[in-house]
Amino acid sequence: MILVYTNTENGLSKASKEVVTYAKKLGDSVTVVTNGNASNDVLAEFGQYGAAKVLVDRSVSTDDVQQVIDLVASASESTGATTIIFSHDLTAKAVAPRLSVRLKAGLVSGATDVPNGDGAIRVNVFSGKAFGFVKVNSSKRIISLLPNSLQPEASGSSCGVEEFSSGASAGRIKVLNTKKPEGEIPLPEAELVVSAGRGLKGPENWGIVENLAKSLGAATACSRPVADIGWRPHHEHVGQTGVAIRPNLYIAAGISGAIQHLAGVNGSKVIVVINTDQEAPFFKAADYGIIGDAFEVLPKLTEAINKFKAAQN
Amino acid sequence: MKILVCISKAPDTTSKIAFTGGNTSFDENGVQFIVNPYDEWYALVRALEIKETSGGNVTIITVGNAADEAIMRKALAIGADDAVRIDADPKDAYYTAMQISEYAKSQNFDLVLVGKETINYNGSQVGGMISEALGLPFVSLASKLDVSGNKLTLEREIAGGVQVVEVETPVVVSCAKGMAEQRIPNMRGIMAARTRQLTVIPAAAVEELTSYVTYDLPPAKSTCKMISADNMDELVQLLHNEAKVI
Repeated sequence: MILVYTNTENGLSKASKEVVTYAKKLGDSVTVVTNGNASNDVLAEFGQYGAAKVLVDRSVSTDDVQQVIDLVASASESTGATTIIFSHDLTAKAVAPRLSVRLKAGLVSGATDVPNGDGAIRVNVFSGKAFGFVKVNSSKRIISLLPNSLQPEASGSSCGVEEFSSGASAGRIKVLNTKKPEGEIPLPEAELVVSAGRGLKGPENWGIVENLAKSLGAATACSRPVADIGWRPHHEHVGQTGVAIRPNLYIAAGISGAIQHLAGVNGSKVIVVINTDQEAPFFKAADYGIIGDAFEVLPKLTEAINKFKAAQN
Repeated sequence: MKILVCISKAPDTTSKIAFTGGNTSFDENGVQFIVNPYDEWYALVRALEIKETSGGNVTIITVGNAADEAIMRKALAIGADDAVRIDADPKDAYYTAMQISEYAKSQNFDLVLVGKETINYNGSQVGGMISEALGLPFVSLASKLDVSGNKLTLEREIAGGVQVVEVETPVVVSCAKGMAEQRIPNMRGIMAARTRQLTVIPAAAVEELTSYVTYDLPPAKSTCKMISADNMDELVQLLHNEAKVI
């Protein structure tokens, strides 16, 4: 039995469809356990991605991770799960290690693939500079899947949704307040990302970055110095100390490509680098490079994207 | 406040990453090891700041072999009071966390700090595991930590945002960017650290729940295709037809 935990506070996110698709590929019956206010009709859609059943405890808030631990532990016990799957997000980082000890289940964090023929699971190590293949020695296992590691596959039909009472209670950590932007795609889940650095010269110039992102339907990101001097919010900072992302397309303008920045983006499938300096180290990690001024290139690229999209429709 | 800071060794960020023994172990040949930056810059330095303002003492602990004493002395040079090494190979996160918990459970620490992850295994596991083993609350990915008596107020990263939480000690906290700034040890600290007594404790009998069986390097990037700044239509076509990402 496989148990998948995902939060559904904003409906079925791409990451939540990915984890259910992943669980289905492991070849056993899949139960999803979740919290939040999504309706039963919405939750039933998990069946299309391979879930046999959804358990929902609407009394549990994702804002209090202590309750999420109790919720998953309780669902694991009642379903007799031997494998538990999370998306490797900030909730999983708070919850999965505790569950690993509580259930004595080996934890594979940041999986990028299903187990190979030897049962070993690929993870990124050395900040994306290498892969490791991890085997679980215990009878139970927990896997947290890096977002964007596979495409959600919908083929089945809706599944049943059951109310679940986990008995989760507030822990000793008191949540005073939670600030999160509404309606944005979380950066680690974005398939397309447009990012810029100090080459943009000031926060007032970000309009050209946002315009390109809007044309593409991409999320925006930035380099560390830009977040440190407050031009952009910290949650947009990608790199070693910020968020690690692996979108299909990463467009970087005015970022030189220091090793610490690369550590956060080297999992991207395709990298486009725009820089005035042809010696910028980022070109070595790029698939496509443009030597030029971001102030000229970004608007031109936006125009070309708009033209392309218009022709497609 | 009695504080335990868990530190790990990690290869310098500029190290060449290679493997030996048929890709079964990391090639340490010529690699310079440092204190894992999250453990040093954020966890250790914040612990020292707390000690400086509210008193107490700071113990660092690592799970490793005798060669790791260099990173322990670095931590002492920065300002830690005591250094403990569990004499064992840190096989996996569970094994490492259980060794540390085994030591910590008789020591009554008010605060246990870890870095948010190591830069070599990036697992983000050890802190949460220690908290569960000790039965303590765990605040993950904290970017700010203020102390008032036995009450802590922390900011922690959540998906796309920030959360402010309050908790009473004892507690385990994993530390991310924002907690503190890097400190460079001074010559007096370095000299004093050279002769300090290090505590070495034999490993407890603990199993490993996971093992790394092999490693691999990503395929080398093919050379970057340069496109003229005046020909963005070509880039769009390449992204659509060749890269197939739009």
